[in-house]
Amino acid sequence: MKAVTWRGVNEIGVEDVPEPTILNSHDVIVEVGLSATCGSDLHLMGGYIPAMRAGDVLGHEFMGTVAEVGSGVTKHRVGDRVVVVSFIGCGQCWYCRQGLWSLCDNGNPNPGITEALWGQSIGGCYGYSHALGGWAGSHARYIRVPYADQGAFAIPDGVSDDRALFASDAAPTGWTGAHQAEVRPGDVVAVWGAGGVGQMAARAAMIMGAERVVVIDRYDNRLEQVRTHIGAETLDYEEVNVPAELREMTGGRGPDVCIEAVGMEAHHPGPQYLYDQVKQQMRLQTDRPTAVREAIYACRKGGTVFTLGVFAGLVDKFPLGAVMNKALTLRGAQQHGHRYIPEILDLMGRDEVRTEHLATHVMPLDDGPEGYRMFKEKEDGCVRAVFRPGG
Amino acid sequence: MTAALGNVASLAARAGGSVVRQVRSALDPSSARPAGAAQPASGWLVVTVFREPSEIDTAKPPLAEFGEQIEIRVRPAADGKGTEVAARRRDRQSSGTAASRLSGSDPQADLRSALRRAKQLIEVGEVLAVDPAPHGERTPTPGGTLLEMWTRVAPKAGVR
Repeated sequence: MKAVTWRGVNEIGVEDVPEPTILNSHDVIVEVGLSATCGSDLHLMGGYIPAMRAGDVLGHEFMGTVAEVGSGVTKHRVGDRVVVVSFIGCGQCWYCRQGLWSLCDNGNPNPGITEALWGQSIGGCYGYSHALGGWAGSHARYIRVPYADQGAFAIPDGVSDDRALFASDAAPTGWTGAHQAEVRPGDVVAVWGAGGVGQMAARAAMIMGAERVVVIDRYDNRLEQVRTHIGAETLDYEEVNVPAELREMTGGRGPDVCIEAVGMEAHHPGPQYLYDQVKQQMRLQTDRPTAVREAIYACRKGGTVFTLGVFAGLVDKFPLGAVMNKALTLRGAQQHGHRYIPEILDLMGRDEVRTEHLATHVMPLDDGPEGYRMFKEKEDGCVRAVFRPGG
Repeated sequence: MTAALGNVASLAARAGGSVVRQVRSALDPSSARPAGAAQPASGWLVVTVFREPSEIDTAKPPLAEFGEQIEIRVRPAADGKGTEVAARRRDRQSSGTAASRLSGSDPQADLRSALRRAKQLIEVGEVLAVDPAPHGERTPTPGGTLLEMWTRVAPKAGVR
C-alpha cells in the first residue's frame, strides 16, 4: 500500500509499504478515510525529535472505517465509521483508569527511550517516532489500531468525516489543556498559538465557562479563523506587546490560565528568538521555550500555565523564579483524549464544536511531500494539510 | 608560579577531576555508587500492577522461567494503586551501566522485560506487539543505525 514516510531531515517521501496485520486480539485494522498533518509532525520532520528512522510512516490524526477486527474486540465491527485517538492506552493500568491515558504503562513497546530521556516512559503514539513506540502512522491506506475497544470511537451519524477527523487529536488535545489547567467559569484564558490545537483549547475553555478567551499568533488567516469559527478574541504578537495587552485586558492581573500551544519551535520577534535559535541549532538546548516564558511572565499571580505544545528535552533560561515567587501552577501533558472524545463527538453533533475549517488543503497521499511543505511554510494559508488515502 | 596562577591551576585540576569522576560514574556506576546508577541498594526491580494481590500469580511465565534464580516479593501498593511485584536475582548482579544498557548487555535486561511482560499479561491479558510494523525503505544512516541499536534494547526497559 502507499504511505507517506519520513525519509530524513526535512525529507518526506511516498513509498509502497506492506499492509498491517492483526498482531494482538484487541487490534482492529482501519481503512483510513482522512489523515491530518499536525504541527508536532514538523518537529519530527525537522529532526528535533531524533528518534525517526528512514521509512517510518507518518501521521497520528485520522478517521476511517473498520476493515478487520481482532478476536478480542467487542465494541467494533467491520464497516464501523470510527475516529481513533492518537495516543495508545490499554485502559487497564492505573494511569488509564485515572483518565491519564497518555501516561499508559503498556502502550509503548519501546519504553527504554523515553525512560532514558524523562525518567519514565509514557504511552505510545501512532507515527510519532520510536521513542513513542515505533507505531506505523496513518498516512497510509490501512493502519493497525491496538487496544481498539479503548482507542477507536464510533462517529455519530450527524458528524461528517472532515469534522470527526479532528476529534482524533487537535480537539482532545485542546480539551486536555483546558480541563487539566482547570479552567473555571469566569476565568480569563490566554492561548498561545492559533493552530488546530490552540483553536481547540480556546473552544474548550469557552465551553468550560471562561469569561474571556484570547488567542495569540502572527498569521492573519489563523487569527481570522479564531474570530470566525471559535468566537474568541485575538492578538497578533507582531503588532502588539502581548503581556501589556493582556494586563490591560485583565485589569492588571494577567490571565487566570495561560495555555501554551506552540511547542519546541516557537517564534518570537524579539532578540530572545535569535538566542534560542542559536542554542537549539548548536544542540545546547533541544527546545525553544519562547512562548512558555511569555506565558509565565504574563500569567496572574497564583494562576496556571499549561504546556500543551510538544517539548522534547531541555530548555535554557527557564523563569523558574517567576514560577515559584508568583505561586504559579505549571502543568503539561500529551493528550488524554480517550476521556474527552465522547463529549467532543457529542458537541460536534450539536454544532458546538466545528473543525472543518482547519482542513484548508485536502489532497491524495501522492501529494504528501508537497502537503508537508505547504504546511510547514504556511503557504497559501495552509492551516492543516489533510490526506485522503482513497484518492 | 604566582599565587593567582596557582589558584587557577588548582581550580582547573579540581574541575578536571570532577569531570573525570562524572564520566567514570556514568560509564561504571560501581565506581561511584556500589549499587549501580539505576538500581536501588536492595537490588529489587519493581513494577506496580493495577490488580489486587490475590490476582497476582508469579508462578506463571514469564517470571516462573527464572526458577530459583530469582526471589519475588508481592505487596499491596499504597493508596489503592494495585500491587507491587518485585523481583531480584539471587546472585545480586548489578544493574549494568548506561553503556551496557545501550549495547544490550545489561545483565538485568531479561528480568526487567519479564516483569514488564508479567504486568501486561495480568493487566491486559497479552503482551503488546509492534513488529512487524509497515515501513518503507530503511536507508542506512548513522542516526538510523544508532536508533536501531537502541530500539533493539528499548523493549527490555520500562522497569527501573
